[in-house]
Amino acid sequence: MQFPIPEMNILFFKFSSFFYFLGTLTYLAYILFLKESLSKVAITIVTIGFASHTLAFLTRLVEAGHTPVTNLHESLSFFAWMIIGVFLIANLKYKIKVLGSLLTTVALILMIFAYTLPKDILPLAPVLRSFWHPFHVVFAFLGNAVLTLTFCCGIMYLMQENQLKAKKMGAIAKRLPSLKVLDDLNYQSLTFGFPLLTLGIITGAIWAEYAWGRYWGWDPKETWSLITWFLYAALLHQRLTVGWRGRKAAIMAVVGFLAALFTFLGVNLILPGLHSYSKW
Amino acid sequence: MELIVIGLNHKTASIEVRERLAFSEDGLEKAIHQVQSLPSLKENMIVSTCNRVEIYGAARNEDQAAYELKQFLSRFHGLPLKEFESHLYLLTSEEAVRHIFRVASSLDSMVVGEPQILGQIKSAYQLSVESKTSGLILHRLLHRAFHVAKRVRTETTIGNSPVSVSSVAVELGKKIFETLEQKTVLLIGAGEMCELAAQHLMAGGVNKILVTNRTYERAVALADQFKGEAVPFEEMNAGLKRADIVISATDSPHYLIRYDQILRVIKDRRQKPIFFIDIADPRDIEPKVGDIENAYLYNLDDLQKVANDNIKDREKEAQKAEALVQEEVVRFVGWYRSLEVTPTITALRKKFEEIRKGELQKTLSLHPDLTEKERRSLEAMTSAIVNKILHPPLSLLKRKDEEAVTDLYVDSLRALFGIQEEIEEEGKEGLKSNEIS
Repeated sequence: MQFPIPEMNILFFKFSSFFYFLGTLTYLAYILFLKESLSKVAITIVTIGFASHTLAFLTRLVEAGHTPVTNLHESLSFFAWMIIGVFLIANLKYKIKVLGSLLTTVALILMIFAYTLPKDILPLAPVLRSFWHPFHVVFAFLGNAVLTLTFCCGIMYLMQENQLKAKKMGAIAKRLPSLKVLDDLNYQSLTFGFPLLTLGIITGAIWAEYAWGRYWGWDPKETWSLITWFLYAALLHQRLTVGWRGRKAAIMAVVGFLAALFTFLGVNLILPGLHSYSKW
Repeated sequence: MELIVIGLNHKTASIEVRERLAFSEDGLEKAIHQVQSLPSLKENMIVSTCNRVEIYGAARNEDQAAYELKQFLSRFHGLPLKEFESHLYLLTSEEAVRHIFRVASSLDSMVVGEPQILGQIKSAYQLSVESKTSGLILHRLLHRAFHVAKRVRTETTIGNSPVSVSSVAVELGKKIFETLEQKTVLLIGAGEMCELAAQHLMAGGVNKILVTNRTYERAVALADQFKGEAVPFEEMNAGLKRADIVISATDSPHYLIRYDQILRVIKDRRQKPIFFIDIADPRDIEPKVGDIENAYLYNLDDLQKVANDNIKDREKEAQKAEALVQEEVVRFVGWYRSLEVTPTITALRKKFEEIRKGELQKTLSLHPDLTEKERRSLEAMTSAIVNKILHPPLSLLKRKDEEAVTDLYVDSLRALFGIQEEIEEEGKEGLKSNEIS
């Protein structure tokens, strides 16, 4: 189906990219000057960008006739959308402004990359024509987006802890939230992210059976996502049983994320295989 | 009418002198009425805190007022003038405005950026309102001072970072635990330092205090003060397990708390963090404890260093605040100058004349066939109308008695006839030319 304006989804995409750009700048200004009003403006800007991004996604869905997560452009854009969405939800309970600046920057970078990639809507490749395709992608991406949040909390925790151990209460310490808030959010996001990741792997296996005739084939993507899964499972387990918290949990969140990053991008770009985007 | 302030503060007088000139609460009520009855004062307000005693007034004659106020202070406190006169400062008009603005914004305080002074000024103003000793000028001055204080608070970070050792400790605690509520504090030792520390932490939200001391009775005594719990010295480890914040201030020559001990304690607490504050000299807590994950160890020097860094930041922000205050002073003086009667009369006359001329011009151009005599008649008529209208209000304004009422009329006239801006601009110009000369 065609909208009155051709390629309307690209328009919304550009609009939201611009707003993420403004949002990143506003958050940067907030971090420099610590003016409350700037952080409120930043959230509004990001929310507008998110609304437009949602429209971009929906219009592309309608224009294409299938879930638009089929190539690198669409995947990066979709992931950015999820990251902002996750941030906005987290922001309802934990108003961590520095988190805003980190995540909007990440989303912006993703959008910039997505912008440079071919944006045409192509007919769906046969392997992607499955009921399980959108489910697998949504769960996997959402899980990764939430775990990106966990990663940010981990980084911030390590920075703040470093300041406190160095007995400094300077510019950095002032702008970062307390260790408790960072640790809490680390844990809470993990309890959402891990099940989503698990569902992502399971739906992936089901779809693999449909598309390639086997549930698991140790494709690099499958292998690395399992590695990532084990890392996060270990983190969750240690948190629940031994009471791992604070520094160790933060480090594991970073390590897990690096594995997830490799699973998501590294595998696609470097290693050949069924998930490879190197054919795009 | 001149604005005047006379007084002394922590910069000009020692605490002994300040104490002798301070006013008690009852004393204040009596004093404010006595000052009001001084012949040269129209309005007054008294500020008396542990760091300053000041009388603010609106006076007909500043020299006369200064003399009368000094005599009043000497009489009221039974102190010969020569014993405190050298500590007094006397500021008038623009300097007085700048002074109150700076004081309210905590720029004149011992610890710049402290929050109490604004409340103290507000109480002083409140008393003057209740005692009916403040009028148009002090009302406007104080409301403006509160506005300036708010601007300084929101537009600079002058009050943001803690600058005393105890407030630094509370802030650090919040950086670790987010909030001090529901947290448990263990005090080791029972002396004055422990007591002070406990008070500050309770003010910060802590509600559970544990005390341990080699002498159990002393622990009990201190614990009772805070409705807390005494812990026998031999059971210190149990106390450590329960505590989120540990303050140690004993005179033990050896370390009371050691690395291996805390490693185990933190493990038993399932890694819940502990904030150690070592006030003792020689130190009670082995420094290596600070290296333990989830243990944070600060001694007095560490806390003082953070406080000093914050003080430096405050001084930088204070410069911003001074610029802000100067802006507001200029604005206020502009308004104040506009209260003078003559510019108002001139502006009023000018406005009416402009209206008269404009309407006359319009009418004359509609009737080009009028004779010279008829034109002059119209000119005379319009002038007469304007003069008759203006005569009663202007003669009222020119009367020199009832000056506070005059100020009210002037203020109203400016607002009602919309001549505010012209006069304020003229007032500001006048101020600037004073500065240049």
